[in-house]
Amino acid sequence: MEVQITINGTTHTSEVEPRTLLVHHIRDDLGLTGTNVGCDTSSCGACTIHIDGQSAKSCTLLAVQANGADLTTIEGMASGDGLHPMQQAFMENHGLQCGYCTPGMVMAATSFLNENADPSEAEVREGLEGNLCRCTGYHNIVKSVLDCASKGA
Amino acid sequence: MIPAAFDYQVAESADHAIALLGEHGDESKLLAGGHSLVPMMKFRLATPTMVIDVGRLDDLRYIRAENGHVAIGALTRHHELENSDVLADACPMLKHVASLVGDPSVRHRGTLGGTLAHSDPASDLPAAVLALGGTLVAQGPSGTREIAANEFFTGYFESVLAPDEMLTEIRVPSGTGGWNYQKFNRRAQDWAIVGVGVADGGKGVSLVNMGSVPLRATAVEEALAGGASAADAAALAAEGTEPPTDLNADADYRGHLARTLVLRALTEAGVS
Repeated sequence: MEVQITINGTTHTSEVEPRTLLVHHIRDDLGLTGTNVGCDTSSCGACTIHIDGQSAKSCTLLAVQANGADLTTIEGMASGDGLHPMQQAFMENHGLQCGYCTPGMVMAATSFLNENADPSEAEVREGLEGNLCRCTGYHNIVKSVLDCASKGA
Repeated sequence: MIPAAFDYQVAESADHAIALLGEHGDESKLLAGGHSLVPMMKFRLATPTMVIDVGRLDDLRYIRAENGHVAIGALTRHHELENSDVLADACPMLKHVASLVGDPSVRHRGTLGGTLAHSDPASDLPAAVLALGGTLVAQGPSGTREIAANEFFTGYFESVLAPDEMLTEIRVPSGTGGWNYQKFNRRAQDWAIVGVGVADGGKGVSLVNMGSVPLRATAVEEALAGGASAADAAALAAEGTEPPTDLNADADYRGHLARTLVLRALTEAGVS
């Protein structure tokens, strides 16, 4: 089936099998490998992207469900050489260790701040409950998100 | 994990979806948000040969205060429920329970109609609609019918929906009488090991994960209606149930949780 999906501002027209998962389409067909596959069961959030501005787990969506949608992946966050303020906050606050969960964390955190611009620490922790860090580096991840929020970015 | 191959068609309207269901029979499945169906298809626990996408039926995404109840379109997402001003005024319990499902990314996609049609005894929203005494509207080839939430769930992942019917609307009574929802789990974003919903000052009490379907705790409801104290009524919470045993809990422990959580929920709901 033909699908037309806009990712990071570029519209891609592709032929996909209906059973193709969105994350595989993004990674394997379009070559955007910043979005990771972790648990593959919608628990870990490594595959989090934005669909029409809201976070979603791309391992639990079919590519055909995103036909016509406007997606953002981690590759679409920085503008030119400038990191997105959330990426910058993760860098400055040591919000990553191995880095595997980071793309999903950044996407979930930016979606969360879109809905709650001035969160408490507890709200950040709840807002990121769908994203797991196997390094258990949560403290600095939460610190990064709070830092980004405090800068109003 | 990749689902088995299937054909896919986008439904342009509820009528179209029902016509497609009639054409393709019980090998077809409706896809709403896909956050229950797609995981089951990835595990190959579900292998429909035709997937009918109703997720784009935006005219079935609404939350409206009507005469004595709130009408919610079946394709309304959990995220919309948890942020609804209409529900904040007219049915805060449903708003609250929606905010406890999965995690924010899941709630951006999952739908109320989808979770009800899926009929998972471990899910939160079916139990909330049950405690609230909601009504489900199903559309089929010969029109619509109203089904009391009480009569909707028939077995493990089974409901009274016919193979050619789809849910179009869910109605919950307006009212802010004492309510509470207890979700007991060990990790964030897990299903409840046991959950309890209390609505309307104890007139509706429901149990999550205490059997093959979302249950009304009828013994508790009847005891309260007969004037029993919350403590005496809560002691009956597991009566008549056959809770499952799994890695999280055995049946006895689930019975203990049900009694404890019912008392906790009743107390929080202001029932003494």
